[in-house]
Amino acid sequence: MATKSYAGVNVDVTEDGYLTDPTQWNKDIAAEIAKEEGIDLTDKHFEVIDFLRAENDKGTQLTIRMVGKSGITDIKGLYTLFPAGPLKKSSRIAGIAKPTSCV
Amino acid sequence: MKKLVILGAGTGGTIMANKLRKVLDRSEWEITIVDQHQTHYYQPGFLFIPFGIYNKHDVIKPKADFIPAGVKLIYKGIDKVDPENNKVLLDGGQILQYDFLIIATGTRTVPEETPGLKDKLWYNKIFDFYTVDGAVALREFFRAWEGGDLVMAIAELPFKCPVAPLEFVFLADAYFTEIGIRDKVNIKFVTPLPGAFTKPSSSKMLGELMVEKNIEVIPEFYIESVDNDKQVLKSYDEIEIPFDVLTIVPVNMGSEMVERSGMGDDLGFIPTDKFTLRSEKHENIFVLGDAANIPTSKAGSVVHFAADVVFENILSAMEGRELKAKFDGHSNCYIETGFGKGSIIDFNYDTEPLAGTYPLPGIGPFGLLQNTKMNHYGKVLFRWIYWHILLKGKEMPIENEMTMAGKKL
Repeated sequence: MATKSYAGVNVDVTEDGYLTDPTQWNKDIAAEIAKEEGIDLTDKHFEVIDFLRAENDKGTQLTIRMVGKSGITDIKGLYTLFPAGPLKKSSRIAGIAKPTSCV
Repeated sequence: MKKLVILGAGTGGTIMANKLRKVLDRSEWEITIVDQHQTHYYQPGFLFIPFGIYNKHDVIKPKADFIPAGVKLIYKGIDKVDPENNKVLLDGGQILQYDFLIIATGTRTVPEETPGLKDKLWYNKIFDFYTVDGAVALREFFRAWEGGDLVMAIAELPFKCPVAPLEFVFLADAYFTEIGIRDKVNIKFVTPLPGAFTKPSSSKMLGELMVEKNIEVIPEFYIESVDNDKQVLKSYDEIEIPFDVLTIVPVNMGSEMVERSGMGDDLGFIPTDKFTLRSEKHENIFVLGDAANIPTSKAGSVVHFAADVVFENILSAMEGRELKAKFDGHSNCYIETGFGKGSIIDFNYDTEPLAGTYPLPGIGPFGLLQNTKMNHYGKVLFRWIYWHILLKGKEMPIENEMTMAGKKL
């Protein structure tokens, strides 16, 4: 585990750069992580992020399909917002764990 | 008379009917099992049909042969469950009351979820091998095929038997080598996962095998649609993969009955306690196998291990005792790797597949995460074990909880 400074706050991150404690997250941190991913956050991005954080709190296993059915955006839209690996990128920016897929 | 109803007479439902009929007093408990189909399919065998190793008759038997005397078997579609009133509604209006319910209605493939998949190329140049019809149609196609781009693609997670698409490309490599046209066949493996498999240790072993066998892995590809005219797979980020023949794992969803009952998640799988295997919402409903949303493989081995837990816990629940048995997510997969060899991986919720040996008294040990002939024979033997021991709920020489014996840390 490592510590990284975003928006003047020290947060704990994994090797892949995911926050280990979602409560350390705030919107400024999100904006800086997004910059590393080459994304400028809009309100639409934050709607997705809020959805992911809320579902994550409930212990839901997050999937791209689920975001596509959330009513916020469809899957195509999700790829436009967070190009190449949308669930991983959006999860990292949302300050939650890296999505894992169960088989 | 108290009533136990089992929905689904596949691997899980059949095992439960056999195990429970032996212990539940016949004067006290009536057991009914419902399934719309009369044929039991040995699903692990579907994989071998496209390559002419098995034919249709090797994988089917009548369901009735496996349901014990003293269990009422009803061949009917299930309309829905009314869990608030402990009722199951069958097609045609019949109503079954229950005291306890086991849902083992499995998962199904839904090609309609992917635009362009079930279109004019379906069973012409696009095939699944998760149905006996798809496997047989692909066999016919391969007989006449002279080579080109063979694309194996996975539409969505989770899906049944996560190693099957890997086995498919390994067997395809062997098959086309044996018939002398491997140099004319490009095999591509297209997956939404970041690599060949999800678990890092096995992903590495399997990834190396892919390289050795000259199979191209295209990871993180999330299929949006299939263009039938251009014969390409399209992803959401607008990458196209051309194919001459496409074998697909369509989107997997739970039974439509689950959706109609309002009991499923967005893919129709039932929220289930991953340890006790009881429905999260209803105390007198247990969910066994692929129908549950538990985070482990959708596979017969998991059903078989989980059946022991459902068995113990439903008996406890019937007697009003605490549920003590806890499922550990144990999964055990044979992986056919072609040319008469195979590999085995063994894992659970917490433990990644490890290298070493798998102890199986009398037959094993088998090599874990290794590519050996012994492992292949294990898979071949398993079909006999499945029909004669496993479905009948007889004791197997394997513990349901994963063992660390033989594993190398």
